Amino acid sequence: MQSKAKAFPWQELLLPLVAVVLALLVGSAFILYVGENPLKAYGILFKESLGSIRNIATTLQRATPLMFTGLAVAFAFRAGLFNIGAEGQLYMGAFCAVWVGISFDLPRIIHLPLAILAAMVGGALWASIAGYLKAKLGVHEVINTIMLNFIALFLTDWLVTGPFHGGSWVPETVRIKPTAAFSRIYPPTRLTTAVYLAVAAAAVAYVILWKTKRGYELRAVGLNPHAAEYGGINVARNTLIAMAISGAFAGLAGAEQILGLHNRFIVRFSSDLGFMGIAVALLGKNHPAGVLIAAVLFGALQAGSAAMDRSTSVPRELITIIQALIIFFVAAEFLIRRMLRLKEDA
Amino acid sequence: MAKVLEMRGITKQFPRVLANDSVDFDLEYGEIHALVGENGSGKSTLMSILYGLYQKDAGEIIVRGQPVEISEPRQAIDLRIGMVFQHFMLIEPLTVAENIVLGSEVRKGPFLDYKKMVAEGRRLSEEYGLEIDPEAKIADLSVGLQQRVEILKALYRGAEILVLDEPTAVLTPQEVDDLIEVLRNLKAKGTSIVFITHKIKEVLAVSDRVSVLRRGRKIGTKLTAETNEQELAEMMVGRVVLLQVEKGPAHPGREVLRLENVSVKDQFGHVKVNNVNLSVRSGEVLGIAGVEGNGQSELVEAIAGLRRVSGGRIYLSGQDITGWSPLRIRRAGFGFVPEDRHRRGLVLDYSVADNLILGIHGSKPFVNKAGLRSQGQIDEYAERLIAEYDVRPPVAGQAVRNLSGGNQQKVVVAREFDQNPDLLICSQPTRGVDVGAIEFIHRQVIAQRDRGAAVLLVSAELDEVLSLSDRVAVMYNGEIVSVMPIGEATEHKLGFLMLGGRPEEYQAGEVSGSAIQS
Repeated sequence: MQSKAKAFPWQELLLPLVAVVLALLVGSAFILYVGENPLKAYGILFKESLGSIRNIATTLQRATPLMFTGLAVAFAFRAGLFNIGAEGQLYMGAFCAVWVGISFDLPRIIHLPLAILAAMVGGALWASIAGYLKAKLGVHEVINTIMLNFIALFLTDWLVTGPFHGGSWVPETVRIKPTAAFSRIYPPTRLTTAVYLAVAAAAVAYVILWKTKRGYELRAVGLNPHAAEYGGINVARNTLIAMAISGAFAGLAGAEQILGLHNRFIVRFSSDLGFMGIAVALLGKNHPAGVLIAAVLFGALQAGSAAMDRSTSVPRELITIIQALIIFFVAAEFLIRRMLRLKEDA
Repeated sequence: MAKVLEMRGITKQFPRVLANDSVDFDLEYGEIHALVGENGSGKSTLMSILYGLYQKDAGEIIVRGQPVEISEPRQAIDLRIGMVFQHFMLIEPLTVAENIVLGSEVRKGPFLDYKKMVAEGRRLSEEYGLEIDPEAKIADLSVGLQQRVEILKALYRGAEILVLDEPTAVLTPQEVDDLIEVLRNLKAKGTSIVFITHKIKEVLAVSDRVSVLRRGRKIGTKLTAETNEQELAEMMVGRVVLLQVEKGPAHPGREVLRLENVSVKDQFGHVKVNNVNLSVRSGEVLGIAGVEGNGQSELVEAIAGLRRVSGGRIYLSGQDITGWSPLRIRRAGFGFVPEDRHRRGLVLDYSVADNLILGIHGSKPFVNKAGLRSQGQIDEYAERLIAEYDVRPPVAGQAVRNLSGGNQQKVVVAREFDQNPDLLICSQPTRGVDVGAIEFIHRQVIAQRDRGAAVLLVSAELDEVLSLSDRVAVMYNGEIVSVMPIGEATEHKLGFLMLGGRPEEYQAGEVSGSAIQS
């Protein structure tokens, strides 16, 4: 028999689903408050995010960076680490990607992979600082990753407005060479081949966690560090490795943003993609497959929000509220379990 | 004698098990009635139904002659039923008095009347002979004293029927003696007590009657004076049980473990192990007796590489292993059953299979050259060990969390013993394990010895030390105060040394025995 965690836990799917439904229900109260019909607003939301191939492509484009940051947070979480620093790791990865994208003249088959690799290394190294502080000095990762976020943010601010400034009036770098860019899949949408990379990354995360010796050790450290130590597992080393791999995933989100979407580094482009990754991981139950699904859901909400804003008097901020409500209800797992059980009894 | 409580035909079906199958149970005024059975036999379920935590599917409860329905603890408390759980429900930063009155605090106007609470706490503790300082903080109390607070809480709420769920599982032998004293006092004051346990000696020491449950059914009720250890064990397990370990003489060989002036400090810098010298040879069991907290845990963790020594050297088969990593020590021929299987010994959310390879998870054949796990090999190995060590249910993919305590311990034992280590440390190997599994684990320990392993046994159970060891060391206050061959070790003598007596002061028969007579 296989262990339970290895197959995708379908029974675990129910809870996030209920959370989403509840969030939409509460969200409809807001829609009613601004004097609109919730069914109409949600109808537009649905149509604009999943109603056509083009809309689906936009949804996937929005989902792609969230897949990466979601994987980053979920991976660290499996090793018992709460990586709040995906945002900073994303910026460091993005900067490494833009640097490779600008500075080298290489054939596409080398240039793009090299830029992606640079982003992974950048994210991984930045996260390793947090891992080192945790493993060797016992500085809690929540604190030190938050601090490192600020450092990454201001460091890239300075780099992009200073040594790497593109010369225009906007705080951004020059454009990367076309040989370093992801190709678009479904123009005119901005969906690129980075989405394939995201799915591959999820598969890699799954294989590492459940099919390798390393993953066995990482998860053991996450579930019970005392037993891991007793079993001859080096807790400090695995903490460091888990943070590095997590940071590499966050770095890939930076690569997607630079090499796929913006093709240059615009100061503070991320708009909290790293923090959204926490929500995605939470909703996806820290499982790679769950992360992909949750990222698509969040991508769909974002993709549909602009149209809803345009065609109704419902402001697009409603989507932020719904996202927050989803997280609230996922976090209130106990409450939902109780409600479900009550229903069974009745 | 009149009955204060009668439960008739109590049946409780859980999703996959019939936890209670028309169980009858009664309690007389002022008696101590022991309720025994192996883990999962339905003892706690039965009492949880009485306390209103579970609802029965069938049967009736009669308290003081009146049929009652108890659907929540509040009603049980109103019927003067009190329950003390294995895991305490105390608020650590508050004082004893505050915890006792919690939920029905004494007020003076809008404010709490702390003085009166303390007085109330003192009155109760004096009345029932449960000595305790009402103004002490819970966090500063030993486990035994915390349990007293739980008992006082129940008494404060007027409990005349007191249910104790495995009260001795968390106590040291001395604390068990104290508890038994307390229960006798309560009985003398007229309290009727249900005492849940799976330790037969305690039953014989304290109870008036004993009822045995097995797999949800009541096997029988006996007058304690008319039964004995062997009969109760057989009723519990359902077959003949060997309480005495059968073993031949030891044939000690080469020295496997050697400790030279080993000292260990805890994280606060206090000396926990002080200058210990010890040697264990292959083919012998060296038992370390001692009250818990006298440095045994720290000593053993130091040998395992889980704790740094502050002085001295440790040799394993002639190699100096001081300061080695836990993995390197394991690979040098070391197996270790830790005292706390939940904290150290198991990853509870891992499957049985994954727990069975902990420590060897990185070796052939469980990973291939690419670092990928070979699930087939892991499962095959797990299935072999599950069969050999009789782990139930025999499902490799089951999370260890869902196993009973005894089966969890079998997983640890299987993993550590199967490596055939040169040095095997067994720390509290049968703690919280039921009779059948104890018998099994003891046989395995002796089998390891006879195979040629050097076995270091640490146990708070004197019986266990006495029945398994070939030599006995006594540890007190971080020091090995005495090492003797098993022939010279008696319960008297060990008890004397464990409590700090010096070997040269010992005279046979001087100390009174513990309250539990074997």
